[in-house]
Amino acid sequence: MNDSSTEIRTVVVEREFPHPPEKVWRALTQQHLVEEWLMKNDFQPVVGHRFNLRGEWGGVLDCEVLAVDLHERLSYSWNHVHDDPAYDLRSVVTLTLTPTSAGTHLRMEQSGFRPDQKLAFNGARHGWQGFLGALETVLARQG
Amino acid sequence: MDLQVPDAHDVLFRTLADPTRRALFERLCREGEKTVGALTAQAGVSQPVVSKHLGLLKQAGLVRDRHEGRQTHYSAQLGALAPLVDWTREMAGFWQTRFDQLEDLLKRMDQ
Repeated sequence: MNDSSTEIRTVVVEREFPHPPEKVWRALTQQHLVEEWLMKNDFQPVVGHRFNLRGEWGGVLDCEVLAVDLHERLSYSWNHVHDDPAYDLRSVVTLTLTPTSAGTHLRMEQSGFRPDQKLAFNGARHGWQGFLGALETVLARQG
Repeated sequence: MDLQVPDAHDVLFRTLADPTRRALFERLCREGEKTVGALTAQAGVSQPVVSKHLGLLKQAGLVRDRHEGRQTHYSAQLGALAPLVDWTREMAGFWQTRFDQLEDLLKRMDQ
């Protein structure tokens, strides 16, 4: 465990989708479509627009659109404000679309500041399904 | 035969690998402390089976029990996940799952 109090951590998840960038872009920017794969939201593809992502666990993320490059790049803040610094999360999510011969390569980069490992417990509750998904992947790898 | 003492990771992985146990643990995480009876009501398995799974979760340190009268109350111990959880792994898993859902959505969007 790293007890550095100011460490920036970055998560990158990439995948190629057999669909054109214009279509992937729609899924990333239209409220009813975003809700289907990510969370309930009041997103608008407008820089400076503030919105919330509401998880099925009841958690609410405070977000603000930081960059909108049509069909290419979308960036927003992804914050969970909490009085207890151990539960406070400030991060930025950037989705980058690159056209490929087969469709679209989508890259998600999330960079965040986490003062200590206790935060992970909060995150574990929030991203619980995801965490368990990861756990299963690890299990499958372990054989 | 593996004679090594299983480390904390192994115990946690094995304990959470079972879907019934995982569902019980997940419910305790989401909904807070519950009695065996309340857990059984929604578990889809009998009370002895639920009790057995809770016993294994307890051995792994994932739940704590508290006796009150005839009732035993169980609560999740998220601290037990410390050896496993770090933010980057957790968020990567979160996004992988979301990308799965995005893939399904894109398929449905086809005319």
